[in-house]
Amino acid sequence: MTHALTASAPASGVRGFIRFLAREAKPTGPIWTPFNVVSGLIIAVAAVLLVIRFTQGLGSITNLSQDYPWGLWIGFDVITGVAFAGGAYVLTFMVYVLGQEKYHPIVRVTVLNGFLAYVFYAGALLLDLGRPWNVINPIIGNSFGVSSVLFLVAWHFLLYMTAELVEFSPAVAEWLGWNRVHRVLTGMTIGAVVFGITLSTLHQSGLGALYLMARDKVHPLWYSEFLPILFLVSSVFAGLSMVIFEGSITHRVFHHRVGHRLAATHDSLVIGLARICAGTMVVYLVLQLLVFVHGQRWVYLGTGMGAWYLFEILGFVLAPAALFIHGFRREDLRVIRAAAILAMLGIVLNRLNVSVIGFKWYAAARYVPTWMEIEVTLAVICAEIWVFRWVINRMPVLGAAFERPRLVRPRHAEAKVEAA
Amino acid sequence: MIDRRELLKTLCVAGGTAVVGRDLAAEQSPGRTADEPFGVLVDTTRCLGCRMCEFACAAENGLPDPPADVDGVRTTSPAQWTVVNRYETDKGSITVKRQCMHCTVPACASACLTRAMHKTGPGPVAWTSSKCMGCRFCMISCPYDMPKFEYDSPVPKIQKCNMCVARLEAGKPPACVENCPAQALTFGRRAELVDIGRARIYGEPDKYVHHIYGEQEVGGSNWMYLAAVPFGQLGFPASIGTTAFPTYTKEFLYAVPVVLTLLPPMLLAMSRATRGDAGDGGHDRQEENGA
Repeated sequence: MTHALTASAPASGVRGFIRFLAREAKPTGPIWTPFNVVSGLIIAVAAVLLVIRFTQGLGSITNLSQDYPWGLWIGFDVITGVAFAGGAYVLTFMVYVLGQEKYHPIVRVTVLNGFLAYVFYAGALLLDLGRPWNVINPIIGNSFGVSSVLFLVAWHFLLYMTAELVEFSPAVAEWLGWNRVHRVLTGMTIGAVVFGITLSTLHQSGLGALYLMARDKVHPLWYSEFLPILFLVSSVFAGLSMVIFEGSITHRVFHHRVGHRLAATHDSLVIGLARICAGTMVVYLVLQLLVFVHGQRWVYLGTGMGAWYLFEILGFVLAPAALFIHGFRREDLRVIRAAAILAMLGIVLNRLNVSVIGFKWYAAARYVPTWMEIEVTLAVICAEIWVFRWVINRMPVLGAAFERPRLVRPRHAEAKVEAA
Repeated sequence: MIDRRELLKTLCVAGGTAVVGRDLAAEQSPGRTADEPFGVLVDTTRCLGCRMCEFACAAENGLPDPPADVDGVRTTSPAQWTVVNRYETDKGSITVKRQCMHCTVPACASACLTRAMHKTGPGPVAWTSSKCMGCRFCMISCPYDMPKFEYDSPVPKIQKCNMCVARLEAGKPPACVENCPAQALTFGRRAELVDIGRARIYGEPDKYVHHIYGEQEVGGSNWMYLAAVPFGQLGFPASIGTTAFPTYTKEFLYAVPVVLTLLPPMLLAMSRATRGDAGDGGHDRQEENGA
């Protein structure tokens, strides 16, 4: 399979390049698969819904209200989606900063995943903005609201997307056979990584800081001045659980694209990641306990929200943490995957508890998303999977990165490109 | 290596200026004397509940007429910037006009990433349509839930009382104050209104609770209230404290330039350190790994 990479490199000349792109744009597999039909329908319906939304206003398809200005699209798409994208900054930290070469084979796919998550889930923010045509205002500098946490988050989303694109760009250069560009882009990697990690620590915690001014609106079992640090720490295991989960699916669906090295070491990587997840989850539990004691939260435990809080912490943090520990000790991948799924559900619960479920828990009319909000969210996920699949099937993402230099390095290959 | 360092420097500068480029605080500290901001003192013991203010507000701001018959406790809405509610209390039935409090250090303005919502010099917290991107973070942050959003419009606005900012600039009091037949609303410089409020409480200590709501709440507001019963009985949030809301995010925002300056060199140094043989060796390893 590795030779397919060089075989697919574009021919010389502009016309050849366009022909190459046209060829690559075509689907590689059968079109009428059940997944394609279902996801295609979901996206088509969402397109219609969005036309209604942009002509009739947000109220036409959402249940947002004066009491609940932020619903599923912010609470799940943006706040939860970005936590799941945390794997990219954790892995690049491990590989490029700590020098843990063992994890290099999964860096590209994780960065790709992170990049697409930001593009689609943070991009979903545009659907939620009432006046999206003004979205450039905080960027172009005619109105910097620097005292706003959201200003920080918006800028960091933008800069981090750029950093991730730079991190991923060598794969694009390899796909296009641009060896010189590849060398330049590769040289920029460490800068992008360092910048990206810095941005991530700030905006992962920034998403929690968004709620610091909603003091009396977020249920006291979830509100604390430590929200930023809790969001940051939980983004570590949220992101890595996503890497484990995504890996287990990717390796089944795209097994023909997986390189030898990755195929051989993947299981031991997952076990290593499980160990890190377990560690950060224990840290997170201790932090939650400290916040619990500090905030004297026990008075709320007897209420319905108290039971819901214990459900989240015990069922979806403590339990997956225990499963991760059990999993990496026994080297049992099935247990680890189960733990990853539980941990991800726990993140969904936690983010929604802060942003939607525990938000104005006292309100007379509670917010429940419409089927249309859920539908649009599913469409965003489907669209992301489509793009992910398209890239995976064409660019050297799953291990090919490590087998490529040995193939392309021969001088004649470079000479050919330079001649073009 | 130099390229990389240059790049990093540029990126850091870009990221840093974005955050530390301007003063972190949203407050524009008001002058103490001549340009002391304006405010309104609402004396609920004088309010008749006639709702003239609601109608005057609608007429002044081009909003639809308020409903003729009302019952229950209403909230302001995109089409109605002020409401008068009736509360049954220990001391009988009390009517209270509510609208944006025009905080001295407004949470909504500090939440606004485009400065569409902003504190003006004369006191009002006003909103600029051309800047707002409709993110509704002001609504999340406001302790009084005053900004309202037009969910049924493709070109939605944030709607709330703007204290008739145009009238203020023309030297006139807000429309509601001018049309109050009971002198329940007193317009003036905020510092003077505090004095007036105190004088009324001292003058009739049995009539009023000894508290000017809005003098201290969330760092103070330009609208303040007097009442005969504790404000919790009149639908005011009782537990919002006296700290200005932007203070709660200030610590986090102060950490931003620190992290932006300290973390990158530290990470870079760690990266170099773990690479073993510095310089060429590391470069080679990168090449080999193809990114």
